[in-house]
Amino acid sequence: MVRLLLSLMIFWSAQSLAVIETYEFSSPDLESRYKALSQELRCPKCQNQNIADSNAPISRDLRAIVHEQLEAGATDEEIIEFLVDRYGEFVRYRPGMDSNTLWLWSAPVILLIMAVAVVVTQIRKDRDGQTISSNAERANRLREKFDGDPS
Amino acid sequence: MQPLKRFLPLAAFLLLVVLLVRGLSLDPTELPSARLGDSLPDFNLPVLGESVSRQAEDWRGEPALINVWATWCFSCRVEHPYLLELAQNGVTIYGLNYKDDPEKAIVWLDDLGNPYTETVVDKDGLFGLDLGVYGAPETYVIDASGVVRHRHVGVVNEQVWNEQLAPYFEAGLTAGGSE
Repeated sequence: MVRLLLSLMIFWSAQSLAVIETYEFSSPDLESRYKALSQELRCPKCQNQNIADSNAPISRDLRAIVHEQLEAGATDEEIIEFLVDRYGEFVRYRPGMDSNTLWLWSAPVILLIMAVAVVVTQIRKDRDGQTISSNAERANRLREKFDGDPS
Repeated sequence: MQPLKRFLPLAAFLLLVVLLVRGLSLDPTELPSARLGDSLPDFNLPVLGESVSRQAEDWRGEPALINVWATWCFSCRVEHPYLLELAQNGVTIYGLNYKDDPEKAIVWLDDLGNPYTETVVDKDGLFGLDLGVYGAPETYVIDASGVVRHRHVGVVNEQVWNEQLAPYFEAGLTAGGSE
């Protein structure tokens, strides 16, 4: 009897955790597109969650819309456009390129160029200072460096 | 080390300070509505407590507030007295009863007073979705030609009214530009 109660309790607690509803899809392809879209769309209310993770009522509504439109045959682009029309670029975790997001998109490239520039100048500087011609010389230098070190 | 290079860390630090101080005064929850500058999306919704319905065209003719509210929304109760005050001063406020039980909504207005010229019922939140509502309370300003001019998320109080909403109710917009 206790065992039954316990197992029931465990069952119920699992139920209460499963707050995010599940949808039936007519094809596995739609289901995987649904998963991808709901990961990529951002909840306008709880701003650091995507709509797949969020329990906010608005996220539930948006998931319902995504499901409904997928089943109705809409493309991913159409669904995203539908939501961007209503909630702005903000709903996308991968915003499109415009004047606002120019820096966002170009920052990685700019940073990469800066990093390469720093590395190149550093290497040049090292070369000017000292030229290591062979492995033998390198080994000698290391030996000199660590000679007399107790460890 | 060249003298200029010595100040590089300081310059970087100062730049960081400027960016962080700027960050302090930014409110990430302040999202401009995607509908700004567009006509109010079409709707056909029943008026609360009546057997008639309203369309977007019915709310044209003068600038007005559209207040998104529900009985489950605590902050709506907080802003309610101020909305009553605005209504008494002649501001047209349309209510959008959002994902609510109409019965409860009627009781709420009977108990607390009704600041709304009329309230339409958006039971499943579909018009709210078209408008870009993501919670309650939200308050929109529409001008005389039914174009969405502003959205405020959260409680409307005297400060919000004076700073954000009142400017739309001075003569300028009553003439109404065409879309």
